[in-house]
Amino acid sequence: MFKKKRGREGAEIPSSSLADIAFLLLVFFLVVTTIDVDTGIGLVLPPPPDPEQPPPEVRERNMLKILMNAQGGILINEERANLRDVQERVIRFVTNRGVDPNLSDSPQQAVVSIKTDRQTEYERYIEMLDEVRGAYRIIWDQEARSRGFRDYAHYRTVEGEPNPVRREFPMNISLAEPDPGS
Amino acid sequence: MSHFKKKQASTSQEIPTTSMPDIIFILLIFFMVVTVLREVELLVRQDLTRAENIERIEEKRLVSYIYVGPLILPGGQYGDTRIQVDDALVDPNDLTAIQNVMRQRRTDEPRLIVSLRVDYESEMGIVSDIKQQLRFADALRINYSTRRAEGAVEM
Repeated sequence: MFKKKRGREGAEIPSSSLADIAFLLLVFFLVVTTIDVDTGIGLVLPPPPDPEQPPPEVRERNMLKILMNAQGGILINEERANLRDVQERVIRFVTNRGVDPNLSDSPQQAVVSIKTDRQTEYERYIEMLDEVRGAYRIIWDQEARSRGFRDYAHYRTVEGEPNPVRREFPMNISLAEPDPGS
Repeated sequence: MSHFKKKQASTSQEIPTTSMPDIIFILLIFFMVVTVLREVELLVRQDLTRAENIERIEEKRLVSYIYVGPLILPGGQYGDTRIQVDDALVDPNDLTAIQNVMRQRRTDEPRLIVSLRVDYESEMGIVSDIKQQLRFADALRINYSTRRAEGAVEM
């Protein structure tokens, strides 16, 4: 019979390096982690057109037509305009409440329509969309202030109830299909 | 003259380190859980535009991405604008592939948000074509992915 040569060594796994191993793993995950949330402009597309049902009629005065061509030129209701003017025009249009006969009847009925050419650059289009959204943001801020809040970001509604500011001033942006262009 | 005797606290001055591995492990597990390794290899350039009035998408699991931008060619060159869904490019003459993919995802996750990550140089035509496909796929919640501009506010 072979004789056992040595006495058994301690059967424990040395755990002093455990913290180091965990540290290395931690550093690895720290480096690879990107906690980036996607930001952007969210919207809801209309459902596909139903050939049986014609699109809803919108009165001429309740529609602010913004056109952008391939060169970045802007027409608002067939008039030349600058990107800088858009915000002010949208605010005037939405908050008109039937005063000016050429502008909207009420904020609920007001629709801002943005139409581009197929060749219009995406960047220009996002700039325009951003301006229009900025206009609505100013309107909402004003409305929130009149309800005693600092601005719209601080505006709080009761959980589960529709937001009265948004109901009063719904952001109706219609994104028309682009023209084929030249 | 009497000397002031240096007062020594009777308690031990060492910080107990026995719980350190546990703390590290908790941190490790946290980072392991939040880490999202890049799922797709980008085949198109993604130079996003900036915008001021933006929203933040909190629920990342609901989001499906469509990448649009100039095709990355070897040697730092860029080709024509193409559409990428997952790891594959979409045939520019047959965009119904987008519709089929997104309809399937919409069935699996009714609250699906499709995020369009469009390079700034793209033209509206291609974006509009994608939107048409999404309308037919009934995937109506979309997001134009933009970076935050200077002084951006969340809506």
